[in-house]
Order: sequence, then C-alpha cells, then structure tokens
Amino acid sequence: MHEGFLVYAGFRYLKVATLLCVAAIAVYAWHSPPDEPNGGTWLGYGLGGIGAAIILLLMWFGVRKRRYGTVSKLQGWLSAHVYLGLSLIIVATLHTGFQFGWNLHTLAYGLMMVVIASGFFGIYAYARYPRLMTENRRGITTEEVYAGIGELDRECRQVASTMPDEIASLVLVSCNETRVGGSIARQLSGHDPDCGTERAFAGIRDLAASAGAEHGGDVRKLISLLGKKSTLLRTMRRDVQLKAMLEIWLYFHVPLSFALLAALVGHVISVFFYW
Amino acid sequence: MTTEFDIVIVGSGPAGLSAAARAAKRGVNHVLFERTDHASDTIYKYQKKKFVMATPDVLPLQSDMQFAAGVREDILGTWDAGLDEHAVNIRYNAEVTAIEGAKGDFTLTVNGNETVKAKHVIMSIGVQGNLRQLGVDGQDWERVQYQLDDPLEYDGETIVVVGAGDAAIENAIGLTEQNEVIIINRKGEFARAKQGNLNAINGAIENEVIECYFNASPARVEPGLLVLKTPEGEAEVKCDRIIARLGANPPRRFVEACGIKFSSDEPSALPELSAKYESSVEGLYIVGALAGYPLIKQAMNQGFEVVETILGNPVRPADEALLEERFAAIEGMAVGEVLEAIQNNVPLLSHMSRLQLREFMLESRIHRVRPKDIIFERNDFTNSVYSIVDGAVDIQINPNDPNEVVTLRTGAFFGEMGLLSGRRRTATILAHEDSILVETPRRAMLKLISSIDAAKRVIDEAAISRQIQTHLAPNIDPALLEEVVSTATIESFSAGDVMIEEGETTDDVYLIRSGSMMVSRRIGGRDVVLSYIPAGNYVGEMALLTEAPRSATVKATVAAETIKVDAGAFKRLLEREPALKSEIEARFRDRLVQNVEVEERPDSGDIIDFLVNQGLGEATDVLLIDEALCVRCDNCEKACAETHGGKSRLKREAGPTFGTLHVPTSCRHCEHPHCMSDCPADAIHRAPNGEVFIDEKCIGCGNCARDCPYNVIHMAYPPPPKPGLLQWLLLGMGPGPGEDKTPRAKPEGARETATKCDMCKDIAGGPSCVSACPTGAAIRVNPEEFFSITASTKSGRA
Ligand SMILES: Cc1cc2nc3c(=O)[nH]c(=O)nc-3n(C[C@H](O)[C@H](O)[C@H](O)COP(=O)(O)OP(=O)(O)OC[C@H]3O[C@@H](n4cnc5c(N)ncnc54)[C@H](O)[C@@H]3O)c2cc1C
Ligand code: HEM
Ligand code: SF4
Ligand code: SF4
Repeated sequence: MHEGFLVYAGFRYLKVATLLCVAAIAVYAWHSPPDEPNGGTWLGYGLGGIGAAIILLLMWFGVRKRRYGTVSKLQGWLSAHVYLGLSLIIVATLHTGFQFGWNLHTLAYGLMMVVIASGFFGIYAYARYPRLMTENRRGITTEEVYAGIGELDRECRQVASTMPDEIASLVLVSCNETRVGGSIARQLSGHDPDCGTERAFAGIRDLAASAGAEHGGDVRKLISLLGKKSTLLRTMRRDVQLKAMLEIWLYFHVPLSFALLAALVGHVISVFFYW
Repeated sequence: MTTEFDIVIVGSGPAGLSAAARAAKRGVNHVLFERTDHASDTIYKYQKKKFVMATPDVLPLQSDMQFAAGVREDILGTWDAGLDEHAVNIRYNAEVTAIEGAKGDFTLTVNGNETVKAKHVIMSIGVQGNLRQLGVDGQDWERVQYQLDDPLEYDGETIVVVGAGDAAIENAIGLTEQNEVIIINRKGEFARAKQGNLNAINGAIENEVIECYFNASPARVEPGLLVLKTPEGEAEVKCDRIIARLGANPPRRFVEACGIKFSSDEPSALPELSAKYESSVEGLYIVGALAGYPLIKQAMNQGFEVVETILGNPVRPADEALLEERFAAIEGMAVGEVLEAIQNNVPLLSHMSRLQLREFMLESRIHRVRPKDIIFERNDFTNSVYSIVDGAVDIQINPNDPNEVVTLRTGAFFGEMGLLSGRRRTATILAHEDSILVETPRRAMLKLISSIDAAKRVIDEAAISRQIQTHLAPNIDPALLEEVVSTATIESFSAGDVMIEEGETTDDVYLIRSGSMMVSRRIGGRDVVLSYIPAGNYVGEMALLTEAPRSATVKATVAAETIKVDAGAFKRLLEREPALKSEIEARFRDRLVQNVEVEERPDSGDIIDFLVNQGLGEATDVLLIDEALCVRCDNCEKACAETHGGKSRLKREAGPTFGTLHVPTSCRHCEHPHCMSDCPADAIHRAPNGEVFIDEKCIGCGNCARDCPYNVIHMAYPPPPKPGLLQWLLLGMGPGPGEDKTPRAKPEGARETATKCDMCKDIAGGPSCVSACPTGAAIRVNPEEFFSITASTKSGRA
C-alpha cells in the first residue's frame, strides 16, 4: 500500500538515470576525439551541459520542498533527485575525461562527489533509522514519555520528603539536573555522562546501607522509581539520537551543495573566459 | 377582579413580545403575561455575553421589535426599550395557570387566583417548561440552585451537581477548573447525553477529576450537606453548593389542559395548527418554539403575523418572497399552488403541515430539468434527496450499459441511499423528460425523517426494496424480489454488538445498509479477524448455502443498520433464479479461499482489528503513515499549516501505531460525521468528493469539537495575515513558512471558530500532507480499498 520514494512509480527515475548512464558510456566509448578526451570536445560540452542542468534540478529540490499545495508529489521529486544525483557520478566523470588537477574544475568535481556521498549516507539513514525509531518508542509518544517522567519525579519528591537530607538533595539533583538532548555531539551520542538521574541513582545506592533501617523501604522505592525513569530517559535519548542521525547529514549535504553551486558557476565562467 | 381584553398574550419570549408590540401599535386592547420578573426568560437565561445568532440569514424580519445577531445583553436591552417605546401592556410575575372557554369568551386564570377575560388568546410560552426541583426536604437552602450562568463565578468550593444530562455534565466539567466537583447520577451510567459530553464526563471520572456517585439519588438537604440514598445505604456528601440540573417538565400537560390537541403521543409531537397558527381550539393561537419554530427570528415573525390575522388583515408571510424566488423555475404558479402541487403529488412530503412544508422548501431547491440532464453521477459523494413533483427520471442500473435504466415518475423520490449509507452514489440518474424536482439537503431530510413518522415509513419501505435490488440482484425483475422485500426487516446495532455468533444455526442473510461490520473466528482461543465489510454488502449467505452452523462471528464496528432478509424467502429466490444462485456460489467460493489465506496470516487480521478500533470502520478517507518510511521531517504538518492559514489540522506524532503503521490525529471524513450531528449553524458539510468541511457560518460553539470521537477539530482564533516570503526574510515580519501562526490569547474582537481537515478540497493536487511527503510515508486511503488489500475482497462471509 505504501510505496517508498526509491520504488516510486515502478522505479521510473532509476530507469531514466540508468538509460542516461548507459547512453553516456556508449557515446564516450564510441567517440574518438582528435586529442585525449576532455570537457572541450562536443561530447564534453554535451555531458557538461547535462550535468550542470541536473545539478540545477537537484538544487531546485530545496525550493520545491517548501512549495506546498502543489499538483505533483514531492515524493516523485525526491525519487528523481536521488537517481539523477547518482547518475552524475558517471555523467560528470565522463565529462572530465579523467583529467584532474589542482584547479577550480576539479574542486567543483570533488565537491560534487562529496555532496553525492553525503546523499548516499542520507539514503542509508532514511532506510534504516525510521524503523528503529518506531521500535524504540514502543508506541509511546514524546508527550507521554515526558508526562511519565514528570509523574515519576513527583513520586520521588513525595517519597523523599520524609528522608534524610543527603537523599532528598540527590532526588532534587535527579529532578532538576536531568536533560535530554543538548549539543549536537550530545544528541548523536545517545547518552549523557553527566545525567542527574544517573548520579542520583548511584548516590542513593551508595547511601542505602547507611540510611538506617526505618528508611529501607523508601530507599528501595526510590531506586525502583529512578530505575524506571532511567529507562524512559534511555528511550528518549535514543529517540533524539536517531532523529539527529536522520538530520545531521543534511547539515553537510545542503551547505556543500551551495559550495558546489558556487564552484560550478566559477567553473563555467572560467571555461568560457579562457576559451 | 375580572378585566376584559381583545387579545391576551401568554409568555413574553420573542414570539410574545413581537405579538404584543404589534397589538400595541394597532391600538388593540391587550395584555402580555409573563411568569418571571423580566421579559423573555429563555434568552435571559442564556450564558452571559452569549453571541445570539439571527438564523436563518435569508429570512427577513417582520416585527415591530428589533432583532439582529448580537450579544445577549444588547438584545435584551433593545427589547426592554421596545416594550417602553410601544407602550406594551406587560405584566410580570403573572403566570397563566388555566385557559378555558371559546373564541370571543376565554377566561384565563393568573397565578391561580385572578381571572381575566379575552376574545383571543395567543400562547407563546416556548418549550422550556418548568425546571424540575429536587423535591426533597431542605431543598430551600439558599445554596441549592437550578441554573449556572458562569462556572468561573465560583472558586474553591465543593459543589455537587445533580443530574446526568448534557446540562449537568457541561456544568460539572466547567466547574472543575476552580472547584471540587461531585456529580450524582440516578442511574449506573451516563446514557442520555451527547457523545462529546459522554466522553468528557467518563474521562473526568476515570482521571478522578470529578467524583461520581452512581445509582444514587438525593434524600434530603441540610445546609452544607447533601444526604444521598445509595444501594449501600445513606451517604453524606459535604458541600458548599448544590446545582440540580434535572431538566424541565415540558409545557405539554398545561397546553393539553387548555383543550389543545397534539399531532401524536410522541414526545416530539407538536400541537395541531392551521396555516394561520390557530390551534384545535378556535380563537386560541400558538406561535414560537411551541409551534415548532425553534429560532428567534421565526418566532418574532409569527407573533407579528398572528396579530394581523386576528385583526382580519391580509398577511404576507415573511418567507413569501423567498419562496417565490425559490419557485421562480416554475412559471405561472403562485407559492400556494406550488406547495399544493408538491403535497398532492409527492407522498413523501404530504404528511407535513403547510407551515412545516414552507420551512422545508426554504431549505430545499427546485430544479427544472430537460431530458438527458444529469442529476447526479455514480460515485458522487453528495447526499441530498430528490422528489419528483412532475416528470420522470432514469436510473442507470448497470454501470457498464447506460441504456439499462429504470424509470421513476411523478411522486417518486430518489437519492435516499446516499443519505442513509453515507457513501457514494450507487447510480447515475438523468432526466427522462421535462421534469420538476425538489432537492432537499441532508439536514432538512433528516429532520423530516425524525419528526414525521409517516415520512420515515415511506422512506424505509422504498429503501429496503431498492437496497436489496441494488446490492443483491441488480439485474433481475423487481417483481421476483417481492417476497424477499416484504419479509425483510431493518435491524440496528451499536458499535461492538454481535449480529451473528459463530456456531449458531440461524441462516438469515443480512444486507449492511449503513455502518460496517467485522468478521472474526475463534482460532486457538483467540478471535482472529477475517475481514471488514462496509455498507452495501451482504453477509450471512454462507450458512444458507452450506446449511451448516455459522462459521464466524459478525460484529458491528460502528453504529450500523442492516436489512435482514428472511432465509426461506431468499432460498426460494435462489431456486427460481439459477443465474443468481451460481453467482452467489462463486462469490462464496472466493471467500472460502480468502478466509483460509487470512487464517494463515493472522497478522493481517490484527491490522484490521487495530484499524477498526481507530475508527476506520466509519471512515471514508484516512491518513496513514508508514513509520518505516517516515523520516519525521514534519513536512506534512508544515504543508497543512501553509495551505490552511498557518494552523495545521494534523498532528503527525499523536495517534496510535501498530507495527509501523501509524494513524495520526487527522480527520477520517466519517460516513455519518459525528461532528455534523449537532451544529446549530449548519456550518459543516460534505463536498461532492466526500470531504467533510466547515464553512464560514461557524459560530464557534464548539459542539463539533466535543462530538468528534477522534479529537481532530480544534477551536482557534483566526491567524494574522501571512507576510510575503520577502517581507518575512528581510523584515522579519510575521511567522515564517510552516510555523504555527494562530494566536494563543484572544485577539481584540476575535471569535474562535472550528478548524479541521478539509482534505484540501480546493487544491488541485489533493491533500497537501500527502503531496508534501518526500518519502511516500504519508498516504490517504479509502478504507474499503485498503481493507480489501489487507485481507480479502468486498463482500462478507459468515
Ligand atoms: C441555550 C440556547 C441557545 C439558543 N441560541 C439561539 C440563537 O443563537 N439564535 C436563535 O435564533 N435561537 C436560539 N435559541 C432558540 C430560541 O431561544 C427559542 O427558539 C426562542 O426563545 C423561542 O421563543 P418563544 O417566544 O417561542 O419562547 P421562549 O423564548 O421560550 O419564551 C417563553 C416565555 O414564556 C414564559 N412563560 C412560560 N409559561 C408561562 C405561563 N404559563 N404564563 C406566563 N408566562 C409563561 C416564559 O417565562 C418565557 O419568558 C437558543 C435556545 C437555547 C435554549
Ligand atoms: C550534486 C548532487 C546533489 C545536489 C546538488 C543535492 C542538493 C540537495 C538539496 C539542495 C537538497 C535540499 C535539502 C533541504 O532543503 O532540506 C537535497 C536534499 C536531499 N538530497 Fe541531495 N543533492 C545531490 C545529490 C544527492 C544524491 C546523490 C542523493 C542520494 C543518493 C541525495 C539525497 C538527498 C536526500 C535524501 C535529500 C533530503 C530530502 C528531504 O528529506 O527533504 N542528494 N539535496
Ligand atoms: S471531524 Fe471527526 S467526526 Fe467529523 S468527519 Fe472528521 S473524524 Fe469524523
Ligand atoms: S463550532 Fe463546530 S458545531 Fe459549532 S458552529 Fe462551528 S462548526 Fe458548527
């Protein structure tokens, strides 16, 4: 019933891209330019033109993504984006005629390959993480998790209100110094080495022995509540981590694609300038 | 002391006020009696600052009193000023307790002791009746009250609410914001209330926001204390205040005691009235809500008209010009003649009083059609009903052959199947010859069916035979179906009711005419769902063909109605019609194969079960997200917000998930939308493609948001104007693309309105959420197609 963007319309854009690549390779093999193959032959111009057009089309995706209420589906655009983007590996490489050097032209090529590589990671992330997120969540929504944590905090405070100060202050640490998310590195790591709840948990366990017999039951209760809270926190941190993985690559993909665009413009101007 | 008047008016609601003002203006010797110490008690008791609507908008006002939509306080003020201006002879604190006598010589008893004489009486006492009291010792404690104007007036009190109807529930919930609330229900559950209120109260009790005593009734009151009788004995409830909402005694007893006849014993029946509002007692007229006209403007127009009638002046009803316009398509006939023709020609509409018909026709439209004009097409989602006043239409009964038609002639009606099932039209209908048709929208038709039994009977009889014909045997001669039709009966089921139990030995066949059913079988001690069957299909023929006990259980997924076809009659039909029999046998074999397949993949049954629990059993179109594809980018929500004035009507994350199939909180466009059931402004409609949408008539009462069981309607203030992309980028003006732009606090002068998904009905590309999803995770499906993919094909098996 659901059809992902990779299989969209019976792999229409995979077919288009494959055709394009096969045609490019065939013509390249058949073509024998006067000197070695390069961007300056008629085939070079042809492939370069096609490649540049594809890049512009891929860049346009960012604009198209923010146009809402359209007639065509964004899904089709992403499908085309991915397959045509991959076809650039062939089209642009043949366009270079394998002539690389320390110049603007090769910089544009390199940037393009990096953008494509990051796109590749995107595909991997899109294929893998969504399912992991669902499994990790076990049907609970973010709001429910935070409500659950709030409730556990309330219970902890209630239990702690009749307990010695060291323990009560540890409970406050758990309530006030627990964070989910934070810096990008923290999000991607999926845990927090300085988590208030973990510290409180460890501290209370250490104090358990010295807390006195009359507090035994309450200590056990606190430990169990904090244990539950840790489980919820793990779920949320994993959720944040997976969400970050789904997004992080775009922070390379998009800026680099703009750098590519700039390099591409430079490449084209310089070619025509030196001609 | 006895005084004599030409006209006595009883009750100073909008109808009575308008009548009295007219009488005063005409210089007639009159008096207006009002039970309370202020005019127009019903409106007086509206919530403070309530915005009063002046519906129907099209109807002009014909009265000496002024009235336009506005705030309660202003309207009451205008009327008080009008009373002074026209020097109306109004007497407050004067309850009329008896009316005797005849035209020219009525005697009215006031407050039980004083009498007045009248030549004519106009009764305009509304339908609110007398509020029921607690009726126990101590009930005159000053903190026992029968009304609640503003729940926020009380703070920090413990308040007991007595009652289980909508008013009690709404009060109790409103009070929880600042008070401890206890509710007393005489029964074991809340059954009388509307769905939205039911959900709210049950939720509040479950979450311990409200404490509830079930099966309890008040025994006596002491200051600060209510003593209850409960099954376990007496219980004492300490409280600061008691609010009893026990409903009202309808005024019918009093009206009947005055000698006035009602049209039937039904509680909803109205007094019998002539076209001039005269009751069965000559000289005694009834106008306003009691006459069956529940809106202020109508009541006022009638008050004016009735006085003119009594004075013997010709009156042109306020709606006359409107009806003339409505009837413009029929040239050369006066309004009265057209109404006459309609009642004479169309049995379905003949049981209405002339007044009811006028109103019915104001809501309906008259069409004049030429041969071959298309009236509606198969698969349209419209749900109006047509009556043929004159002429004939052709129904194309075979989608593959437009020439195969059944002709309906003058007096017949059609289109009721869409209305009853809430589904797409099953056939295309064209005009056969020059014809005149009346098209009546869903709401007016439902009102007709629910208020006039005879009309309901006419519809049901025709519907049974047509539904059997359409869904069981479209191609055979209707005469052959006569026995099946005449023995068929209609049965209703609530959600979850079992219609057929596995193992039982009945063999009737059922045609589902509204709602849907779910078929399941017990396998290894567990109910395995085999299939989902929408309206328009039949179930139960397996047992009939195999003569074996029922092989599966069939349960209603939502409120459903079925036509039960008698087994014997059905068998005889199959004997006579071998072609039909072999067709049914073929379907039956397909089904056996599918059942086996499903039993081998029981998880597909689990999905059906899950989705049915999410309301897909009554959906026509639902948003489903495959979480294995969803990258959580929320572009769907952004698209919704961008295309709907900045407020997303969809919450992607909220809502349940089964496996990776997620049902976000978003409108299901129900077959019989709950949200539509109680919209006073008639602002919710179904578009031809099935989209349920709210138009600008919404008055913000919030009923729909409470009535929708899926929580998809939100009350919101209108968003600020959207800045252009450049303004936003360069000047930082307003909210950016995809941001929620609705104000949280009330902007000056703004009114909340209901917002919900309209399936982007005005956008060429269809639902924006779907077209904006980059990965294909979000799709909108029609459950019928979807379920047939999950499990098996269309018709049922049991
Ligand atoms: C909560 C609510 C909201 C509504 N909102 C709207 C709206 O927005 N727009 C709209 O058009 N309509 C609205 N209506 C409907 C409207 O209020 C009624 O249709 C209208 O009031 C009917 O007018 P009436 O003159 O027939 O009777 P009523 O207004 O009911 O007046 C009857 C009067 O008769 C008096 N009376 C009764 N018995 C006796 C007796 N024996 N002796 C002397 N006096 C007696 C009563 O005290 C009362 O003052 C609403 C109704 C309710 C309940
Ligand atoms: C030179 C080549 C490419 C360029 C210039 C390019 C550029 C872009 C741009 C501008 C966006 C818009 C991001 C946004 O606005 O949110 C985007 C998104 C994306 N690109 Fe590329 N891209 C290229 C190649 C690829 C390739 C080869 C792949 C896959 C193998 C790919 C996969 C994606 C994906 C998955 C998205 C995100 C879609 C979304 O969730 O909105 N791209 N790309
Ligand atoms: S708003 Fe609610 S009740 Fe109305 S159609 Fe949508 S899901 Fe059904
Ligand atoms: S809030 Fe809902 S029910 Fe009330 S008027 Fe608006 S659309 Fe109708």
